[in-house]
Amino acid sequence: MHDYDWSSIPNSLPFLWDGMKISLEITLSAVVFGIIWGTLLALMRLSPVKPLSWFAAGYVNLFRAVPLVMVLLWFFLIVPRLLESLLGLPRGTDMRLASAIAGFALFEAAYYSEIIRAGIQSVPKGQMGAASALGMTYGQAMRLVVLPQAFRNMVPLLLTQGIILFQDTSLVYVSALADFFGAAYKVGDRDGRLVELLLFAGAVYFVLCFTASRIVRHYQNRLKTA
Amino acid sequence: MAYNWNWGVFLQPTATGDESTYFGWMLYGFKMTIALSLSAWLIALAVGAVVGVLRTVPNKWLSGIATAYVEVFRNIPLLVQLFLWYFVIPELLPENLGNAFKQTNPILQQFLASMVCLALFTSARVAEQVRSGINSLPPGQKNAGLAMGFTLPQTYRHVMLPMAVRLIVPPLTSEFLNIFKNSAVCSTIGLLELAAQGRQLVDYTAQPYESFIAVTVAYLLINVVVMFGMRWVEGYVRVPGYIGGK
Repeated sequence: MHDYDWSSIPNSLPFLWDGMKISLEITLSAVVFGIIWGTLLALMRLSPVKPLSWFAAGYVNLFRAVPLVMVLLWFFLIVPRLLESLLGLPRGTDMRLASAIAGFALFEAAYYSEIIRAGIQSVPKGQMGAASALGMTYGQAMRLVVLPQAFRNMVPLLLTQGIILFQDTSLVYVSALADFFGAAYKVGDRDGRLVELLLFAGAVYFVLCFTASRIVRHYQNRLKTA
Repeated sequence: MAYNWNWGVFLQPTATGDESTYFGWMLYGFKMTIALSLSAWLIALAVGAVVGVLRTVPNKWLSGIATAYVEVFRNIPLLVQLFLWYFVIPELLPENLGNAFKQTNPILQQFLASMVCLALFTSARVAEQVRSGINSLPPGQKNAGLAMGFTLPQTYRHVMLPMAVRLIVPPLTSEFLNIFKNSAVCSTIGLLELAAQGRQLVDYTAQPYESFIAVTVAYLLINVVVMFGMRWVEGYVRVPGYIGGK
């Protein structure tokens, strides 16, 4: 059996916390940008203008067919070089955090747009009709009448997707960016205590995600009864 | 910017002198992805079906254990689970078992850890679909089965499961697609599946665009084939009278 030695965890807590901050930073930025871009995609997909709706459908289907790891590799290995040569940046500029956020946001936007599209479609048709009858334009009706109701219903699903995104941020490991998991791995590797650090990382993720999903479920139930 | 496109690179022999072309490497990765995903999928279906059924039984202990199982596998990131299976579990096994694992072929070690990890990760999601399929059945079906004198296991076996299995095929399609995509995570422990081969191709050929485009297209191909296959299965098992039924 394994001899446990947890002593390297307390000493490295500040380092692990720095990693956690990176994980949270990526998650929050990707959620915000992903929802904005996802909303635009959903509106394009539902728009009567055919080329827009084809573009949105193509985008969503492409990103949903490709593994996240592949998208991240594109963003770590290829997009930075492309930007360097396009913008004339010095070689080796560290864009890992920015590329990670961009990669996650563009990837998650495809999933968000499907949630948002379903949310918009769940608003009764009469709402749009009533808004038009009051003299609102299509844009005003969407912005002031349909989207607020749609978002209210979607909040639990959007939050659940956010929890999944938080778990997926551990995949920035492929770029050697020290997020929480990367930090835990580094400490474990340095001290020869990989077993303890990996168990610790798993426990932390479990507690955070389990608690968050319980809160979402509680909120969901309250929404149902309201 | 000047980039030299060279799609012929795939036909060149590899720089390591292992009598393969770069296309051969990709093919190897492709086969590895397929073998890994399919074997993990079969285990996930079997385990997920059992856990999903247990979540719906009246026995509090059994359903509690099944719920805990699902929560654990759903709330830990796949990458962390993979590292736990590959680095931690062999240390926690009884010594002779752990050593036996570490002495096997490294490729087999990576494959086994990846397979078990993907299988159990996916089984928790399959279990959720099985549970919601069983719960979506009208309660009268179970009661009617019990009133006919069937025992509870018989009611599951002859009344509820045959219906539930047909209802959950469409949601399982997306889980089946996910397992192929999730298998790309296994490149992180060194398993040379499709994504890992793509990365290696970038290193060896210095043709990053061709390599990544080829790998991305390979994933799209898998996606399309699975989708058409599952559409056929969905049509075959569709239940008349339900949404999407005949």
